Amino acid sequence: MSLRSVSLLLAALFALASCGKSATDQAAGELIVRIGAVAPLTGPQAHLGKDNENGTRMAIDDANAKGITIGGKKVHFELISEDDQADPKTATIVAQKLVDNKVAGVIGHLNSGTTIPAAKIYSDNAIPQISPSATAVSYTKQGFKTAFRVMANDAQQGRALGEYAVKNLGAVKIAIIDDRTAYGQGLADEFIKAARAAGAQIVAHEYTSDKSVDFTAVLTAVKGKQPDLLFYGGMDAQGGPMARQIKALALNVKLMMGDGGYTPEFVKLAGDAAEGAYASLPGVPLDKMPGGKDFSGRFVAKYQPIQLYAPYCYDAVNVMIAAMQKADSADPAKYMPALASLSHQGVTADIQFDGNGDLKGGAVTLYQVKQGKWQVLETVGAAK
Amino acid sequence: MEIFFQQIINGLVQGSVYALVALGYTMVYGILGLINFAHGEVVMVGAMLALSALTALIGWGVPPLLALPVSLLLAMAGCMLLGFGIERIAYRPLRHAPRLAPLITAIGVSIVLQNLAMMIWGREYHAFPQLINNQSHHVGGAIINDIQIVIIITALGLMAGLMAIVHRTSLGCAMRAVAENQHAAQLMGVDVNRVISVTFMLGSALAAIAGLMVSANYGLAHYYMGFLLGLKAFTAAVLGGIGNLRGAMLGGLLLGLIESLGAGYIGDLTGGFLGSQYQDVFAFFVLIAVLVFRPSGLLGERLAERA
Repeated sequence: MSLRSVSLLLAALFALASCGKSATDQAAGELIVRIGAVAPLTGPQAHLGKDNENGTRMAIDDANAKGITIGGKKVHFELISEDDQADPKTATIVAQKLVDNKVAGVIGHLNSGTTIPAAKIYSDNAIPQISPSATAVSYTKQGFKTAFRVMANDAQQGRALGEYAVKNLGAVKIAIIDDRTAYGQGLADEFIKAARAAGAQIVAHEYTSDKSVDFTAVLTAVKGKQPDLLFYGGMDAQGGPMARQIKALALNVKLMMGDGGYTPEFVKLAGDAAEGAYASLPGVPLDKMPGGKDFSGRFVAKYQPIQLYAPYCYDAVNVMIAAMQKADSADPAKYMPALASLSHQGVTADIQFDGNGDLKGGAVTLYQVKQGKWQVLETVGAAK
Repeated sequence: MEIFFQQIINGLVQGSVYALVALGYTMVYGILGLINFAHGEVVMVGAMLALSALTALIGWGVPPLLALPVSLLLAMAGCMLLGFGIERIAYRPLRHAPRLAPLITAIGVSIVLQNLAMMIWGREYHAFPQLINNQSHHVGGAIINDIQIVIIITALGLMAGLMAIVHRTSLGCAMRAVAENQHAAQLMGVDVNRVISVTFMLGSALAAIAGLMVSANYGLAHYYMGFLLGLKAFTAAVLGGIGNLRGAMLGGLLLGLIESLGAGYIGDLTGGFLGSQYQDVFAFFVLIAVLVFRPSGLLGERLAERA
């Protein structure tokens, strides 16, 4: 390859990269409302981030197709999608960027570890933020009026998982591995609390990172403690290889994960070692919700199979737009009170927020891999 | 005891991969005094190429035992071309520039490769097909499977082969000459550019093999997999004494063992005060200790032997 063809290639790359930001001039008389979306679009969780972006984009396309009017003007919603690389430092930088771009609201971030530091920036600038997927309890406990989420938190999820592990699966000696992120650690802590309260013993607590692929050392250490159930607090990209290595080391345990493990990617990566693994997902199974089947059908046709949080992103955008319509204003100061008191029938749940910005009710559904597919076991908690 | 034995096996498997990748860093450093930060990405491209070739070949009905070596050869060829290209485009024009300049292009190449791979192969994880019946063997209470045995044997074989090339062939002689003094070697009639290109290609071929090993062992390949692996392998190269081939092998195996024994025993040794979250700290602590007491790494002083 000559130097010139390489520079041509680079030029093409830059041109491609700048495609995302097209000019914003629109016909007069139209109100342009910018909605920010943040998720890791590069790095090990990029597949989940893209899924979030697609869910958000679909909701925005739907709203634009409907031709919504706010304050007597036809509205054109515009998506500004940012990449936080699942990194807390980058998250605050892109949050500031969105604030500078004068977004009316933010859908994000994906991870708890990025959502928590970004929340302060949105709060300081009075911009409402709805996270589709951050489950760490502390996110909504910082006293920010702008922080909302459309997913049950770790306390609700950890409790459901811990009780199920002990009462339904009969686990007595439990080993824990977490990935040291705000999400993994938070969920593992809540799980431990619930499992201990239900009478199980925690025999080991080991750690890994959200970028590792080798867990043989910690799994071997866990094996020495002879647990009957292993709980992993972390995402699918680690859970999949971990399931394989559990099998390779002949470690005889049931594997259980939170929502981060409930993806087709986990089953693909774990291969036949996925069989029998447990995971949970806040909310009611999609096909049991009104509009859920229609959503998943349209989503799959337009993009690719749902990874994880796309339906929650879709709901988050729709809740935000519903609040704008109710307040008849896209001004954050005006529509925020409407958001706090709204009741919206989404595809994942009937969404109402409590005083903290948490989801009221918060059902959690448990799943297990059977014949290479996640199958519903049962839904616990009020489905309201 | 069986837990201890299992940790040794875990460490050896992980360490052989580190060693293979570390060789790529150390060979380039030995000759050019340059740290090729794009090397981790070459490993990733090798894994991705091998996986794509494998999927295609199996799709055409080629038996797995034939498809595996063919796709490995294709990946090696692809990576050699890539290594050659990287040197030609990003490093050769800067050979006489200040040392910081090629370091920055190295990081640039790494980012470009990562993003190109993301565009070509997508953001999702690619599962490695389970081709052979990967049998587990019990050795004194510990478990080792076929893939892991192949990894350790292949890595040791490749290291021996590389040593033979460097010390027994005229090409190896030329490499050592260039490492010692570029200008003098040129005066003696050594084609310096050719030797440097070949060095990059050799390192990249090893990287392709390492990439295939990693993705077969963990069952996945991803455009981001080169980053952490590259960092760890670089650490291994420094630990052993960067620029020294034997040092890279020793450093790789040592780092693998330190990591697995550290993660496995640090909790019990400190009575739960420090847990496996300090796994990386442990590895880097050893690195710092080595650098303080032996700044050139474990085997770093034998400059005449560097390749």
